[in-house]
Amino acid sequence: MTAPALRVRASRRFGDCVALADAALEVAAGTVHALCGENGAGKSTLMRVVYGLERADAGSLELGDRVELARHDVVGAQARGVGMVHQHGMLVPTLTLADNAALGHEPVRGGRYDRAAAARALVAAAAKLGQRLDPDALAGDLTVGEQQRAELAMVAARATRLLILDEPTALLAPREVDALFAMVRAFADGGGAVVLVTHKLDEVIRVADEVTVLRGGRTVASWSAEVTAAEIARAMIGGEPPPPATRPPPPAAGAAIGLAVDALDVPGPRGGGAAAVTLAVAAGEVVGVAGVEGNGQRELALAIAGLTPIARGAVTIGGVDVTRASVAARRAHGLAHVPEDRHRHGLVATATVADNVALGRLAEVGRGPLIDRAAVTALAARLIAEHDLRPADPAALAGALSGGNQQKLVVARELDRPGLRAVLAVHPTRGVDLAAAARIHARLRAVAAAGAAVLMIAADLDELLALCHRVVVMHRGAVVGELAGAALAAADARARLGGWMVGVTAEAAS
Amino acid sequence: MTARVRTLQLTAVALLATMAVGSLLMIVAGASPLHAWAQLLGKTLGERQGFGQVLFRATPLVFTGLAVAVPLRAGLFNIGGEGQLTAAALACAVVAAALPPGLPAPLAVLIATAVAFLAGAVVGAATGAMRIYRGAHEVIVAIGLNAIIAGVALWLGNRSLFVGESTRTATIPAAAQLPELGLAGSNASISVFAALAVAGLVAWLSARTRVGFTWRMTGQGLDAARAAGLPVDRARVWAMAVAGGLAGLAGAHFVLGHKHAYEDGLGRGVGFLGIAVALLAQGEALAIVGAALVFGVLGHGGLAISGDVPKEMVDVLQAVVVLVAAASLGRRRR
Repeated sequence: MTAPALRVRASRRFGDCVALADAALEVAAGTVHALCGENGAGKSTLMRVVYGLERADAGSLELGDRVELARHDVVGAQARGVGMVHQHGMLVPTLTLADNAALGHEPVRGGRYDRAAAARALVAAAAKLGQRLDPDALAGDLTVGEQQRAELAMVAARATRLLILDEPTALLAPREVDALFAMVRAFADGGGAVVLVTHKLDEVIRVADEVTVLRGGRTVASWSAEVTAAEIARAMIGGEPPPPATRPPPPAAGAAIGLAVDALDVPGPRGGGAAAVTLAVAAGEVVGVAGVEGNGQRELALAIAGLTPIARGAVTIGGVDVTRASVAARRAHGLAHVPEDRHRHGLVATATVADNVALGRLAEVGRGPLIDRAAVTALAARLIAEHDLRPADPAALAGALSGGNQQKLVVARELDRPGLRAVLAVHPTRGVDLAAAARIHARLRAVAAAGAAVLMIAADLDELLALCHRVVVMHRGAVVGELAGAALAAADARARLGGWMVGVTAEAAS
Repeated sequence: MTARVRTLQLTAVALLATMAVGSLLMIVAGASPLHAWAQLLGKTLGERQGFGQVLFRATPLVFTGLAVAVPLRAGLFNIGGEGQLTAAALACAVVAAALPPGLPAPLAVLIATAVAFLAGAVVGAATGAMRIYRGAHEVIVAIGLNAIIAGVALWLGNRSLFVGESTRTATIPAAAQLPELGLAGSNASISVFAALAVAGLVAWLSARTRVGFTWRMTGQGLDAARAAGLPVDRARVWAMAVAGGLAGLAGAHFVLGHKHAYEDGLGRGVGFLGIAVALLAQGEALAIVGAALVFGVLGHGGLAISGDVPKEMVDVLQAVVVLVAAASLGRRRR
């Protein structure tokens, strides 16, 4: 029995909040180990301790041999062969892949940066994981999936012992997930250990050899043999998982159009954006937009929300043309927006929960030129109670909330508004735990059932398949496919949508 | 609550650092720090005339401090206080001098003050509009406007507004002159009370009104505020307009309460010193009153002990306050 690649025990408090309570994890060399848990369970904190980004208050760490935790830092972790790939890529978009790989470790020949050597090293590292890549491509020109695979190759070139992947598939299409996991498997087969931090249980079942579940900062379960998704989910939640999302009732025949875009052109970065997108969502209908990130969905969403200039085409809400209308006017016409980037467009992190509620609800809490602070607090308290926001404190800073609670706050503020006609929900459950996701799904279902037209943009096909009456796929800025009714319920729906997402044309797929 | 505590902590640190650096300078200048500080405090807070001078110096700093704090809330940096003050003071003096005789005093003061506020507001709004609608950085625009206004004011004065060979406009009628506070021959006028009232008004505006809320949200999360439908562009231009108006009130203070005319060089440096006041007060309207008093004490106290210590020391100390405040502000934002 050889020593494990990683053995860690750690406790960590942030003020009154216990992030880790003697959480333990052991990972054998040559295995892929899934680390599961709800948001705030301590997965990321534990991995940050291992990678030296976070101090532990108490505990022990072995990376082959014992490591003094108090002196552990990123440099030490890297020296012991630990590498980490973050959810949001760390590549510099204006540099080539080779330059990105060399950054900070530039190979030198004759006193000068040896670009060719950097390129050779990267290509070799990728080849070891069965991946071909162009070292001279600009990072910014690649898809998110390509960037992530390149980054994995770069980190794996240095990390010989342990590779940590933090929610690596959140932004990827199904096929890109497959390619990424092939690399992960190749790394493990080469003798390295992998920790895969994730909450997507189907992925855990597919790639992980072993599974550890954290809950409330404690290790509550660990399996090295076969385990079902349901068992993992029960361990994560500490009870029965919420029932899977269901569709709202279908819209009434002849229901009015609540939200429509017509031949919409929206310029995006590097010639991207949305091109000639036409969509109509009936009152009570939930329409999903699937696609690999960066195929025009963002521009479509920002154009509907009124946050980016529209080159051509029209946006209507409840039949009213709002193409040139202000954000305020669109909201007055009944538009709600759950933005993709809740940190940037959803919340003011340095303001209180109450102020963040008031931010989107001034029409209700304003009294002429004044703001009724009592009304703000009352509204915030009601939303906190109805949406189970924690901490239940209107005076808490939004930035101090967990990611899941921040998203619940945005959803509560936006979807609880009176007079909703159209809802634009972009990645509404990204980075949110199962219980919170179930609440958000229930809320979306409720507003649709109440007659709002819901347009939902998401990367997670399961979510779209469960909630939507109709799903369209965007590729290179255009709508390239659409499934509804029986075709959406058919067994091959996932495969067809997944194919369109990476550019397989509708004719070739059928 | 914790933010309050941190502001207090910062203020304490800034003051202690100032005293430490000041003591060092006094030693270098060959004076006893203990004696010099005792003198400085005694001649400012310990006697009526000195305290009056402290109030007289602090009053315009409240206005120009607020003129920095309001845009700072909305995410803009107003260093145009100098130009705003000058434009306002000149307009105020010219209009006040032309007021029909026999106008009741409150009305005369009100009109002259409103003119000052408006003139400053126009300059501020122009700066804000250049930033928001033309994308020109407000600091660069303000630097340009400060120079332009200083030049134009002098040119206009020399051409037609200054009396005779002087660099001073006609004296305003008695009705428009603010009564003195009566503090043992000090220059303090009842504009002190106006400064207090305006600071309270700005605090109320920030906390209780839509526009104050919009400023705060815009400053802390521009994109989120925009996405929520707040009129962020208009609000920022208004913030700069109000700021210009507030700096203009400092001009009115000098014209109506002290010089009773516009003079070349009137209020020079007060606009810039407002930046230091706002930084020390961390942009909080009520704290600005306290910060302005600190600068008032330093300013007048430095003069009072200039026999022992070079008067440049005060400039250095004011800069120390700014540095400490700026460093702590940066740390808090990180």
